[in-house]
Amino acid sequence: MQDITESILELVRLTSTDLPPDVEASIRQAVLQEEPGSAARGALETIIKNVELSRQNSTPICQDTGTPIFYVYYPAGWSTRALRQQIEAAVVQATKKSYLRPNSVDSITGKNSGNNLGGRHFPSIHFEEVEGDTLTIELMLKGGGCENVGAQYSLPNDALNAGRDLAGVRKVVLDAVYQAQGQGCAPGILGVAIGGDRGSSYYASKETLYRKLDDANPDPQLAALEGKLVEEANQMGIGPMGFGGKTTLLGTRITHLNRLPASFFVSVSYMCWAYRRRKMTITHTAVKYE
Amino acid sequence: MRSLNMPLSDETIRSLKVGDPVLLNGVMITGRDAAHKWMVDTFIKESRQPQCDDLEVYSAIKPLLAGGVIYHCGPVVAGLDTQQYRFVAAGPTTSIREEPYQGMVMKHFNVKGVIGKGGMGPRTLAACQDVPGVYLHAIGGAASLIAQTVVRVLGVYKLDFGVPEAMWVTEVQDFPAVVTMDSHGGSLHVSVEAHSKAVLQELLGKA
Repeated sequence: MQDITESILELVRLTSTDLPPDVEASIRQAVLQEEPGSAARGALETIIKNVELSRQNSTPICQDTGTPIFYVYYPAGWSTRALRQQIEAAVVQATKKSYLRPNSVDSITGKNSGNNLGGRHFPSIHFEEVEGDTLTIELMLKGGGCENVGAQYSLPNDALNAGRDLAGVRKVVLDAVYQAQGQGCAPGILGVAIGGDRGSSYYASKETLYRKLDDANPDPQLAALEGKLVEEANQMGIGPMGFGGKTTLLGTRITHLNRLPASFFVSVSYMCWAYRRRKMTITHTAVKYE
Repeated sequence: MRSLNMPLSDETIRSLKVGDPVLLNGVMITGRDAAHKWMVDTFIKESRQPQCDDLEVYSAIKPLLAGGVIYHCGPVVAGLDTQQYRFVAAGPTTSIREEPYQGMVMKHFNVKGVIGKGGMGPRTLAACQDVPGVYLHAIGGAASLIAQTVVRVLGVYKLDFGVPEAMWVTEVQDFPAVVTMDSHGGSLHVSVEAHSKAVLQELLGKA
């Protein structure tokens, strides 16, 4: 098996320092929606300047380089044990090169490991075997500010008058946006999972954030709800950074899982505007980044 | 846009109002979760005995915080091996986590300015009126841009808290922020929250 540590290091650099084109285009569009001279517009203009500067200087877009979440889709023949070692080695190097902040803290002692390693869950790596001969690694860097405003609801929710249907889902998601205010670094992008158990539901809400912003939901009902949620959340006037304004959300991605008869969870993962996700594919020796 | 030089006088603080954009110049110190808990437990509530270099650090940060500004930030720092420190990325972290501590820290150390993101709650707003002080909102995630305003790293305390949680003493030039909580009881966060709550109620009322 080939050693792809250097290629993974480049994936980490790219993810931390260069915002994906669909996200940048969406923020540039949002600038035009805000009143000239307003705090909201000022915030978005600063964000765009920062995105350009980070790309030019190869420095992290945000100092909170978050939890590195890897999804690895490997053809038969690759060793997941070797891939894990190479991902870990790349993460250590990326930390030395200041593409990543040392972010892995022992929850009992409070000690920061200094190299972004720590136990089996830091960095977070998911493996799935696929057909064909292309290895795909997707990486998302999700910061703590937006992770902290994620929420999980169990329906029915009496306080919000939300039942076990899409109308109920809409209500709890709007509540999650209200609760988050500007604290998750709005404008945000929501990953929403309907169903599952508490664990699988939260995982799915993050997985759906690997979808591109312009990628339409194949389920017309969910596609309509995604659009409606963005429109209604933006009526709340929370705005960029919570300064007030028209842009509270840039997008919503909804997925669903089967559930137990007794359970109906809605999990919301909030992603900040610094929506850092990138993909790398390796076919034989050809490496491609998206 | 108004330029402010640190340390800040009461007169300057009283003249600042919610919505004012400012550029900060001078010396400021970073401090976030571990630092706030440590300051409150060790020196304010005194529920924990000072250990190791605690007393030394206390005397070193006291003059920096008096009339000074504390920045909720966990930077990416280059030069850790050589101690030729340089900020690479240094945007604000979410401030509300310091709500249990911030008012006490402001009063104890006479801190005049708190920089972070997302705003803070009623206890910090009350401290802004009493001290007096202001809450300054930086742009969350604008880390490369803000790092460029940090012209020098003057030193670091409590590096054993880890790089993000340590207290970094920096000199800044034209550090951009917006006043979102002032010393007259004004808070942009309170008004945005009230407005969004009314809209939410209306939306929840629809089918």
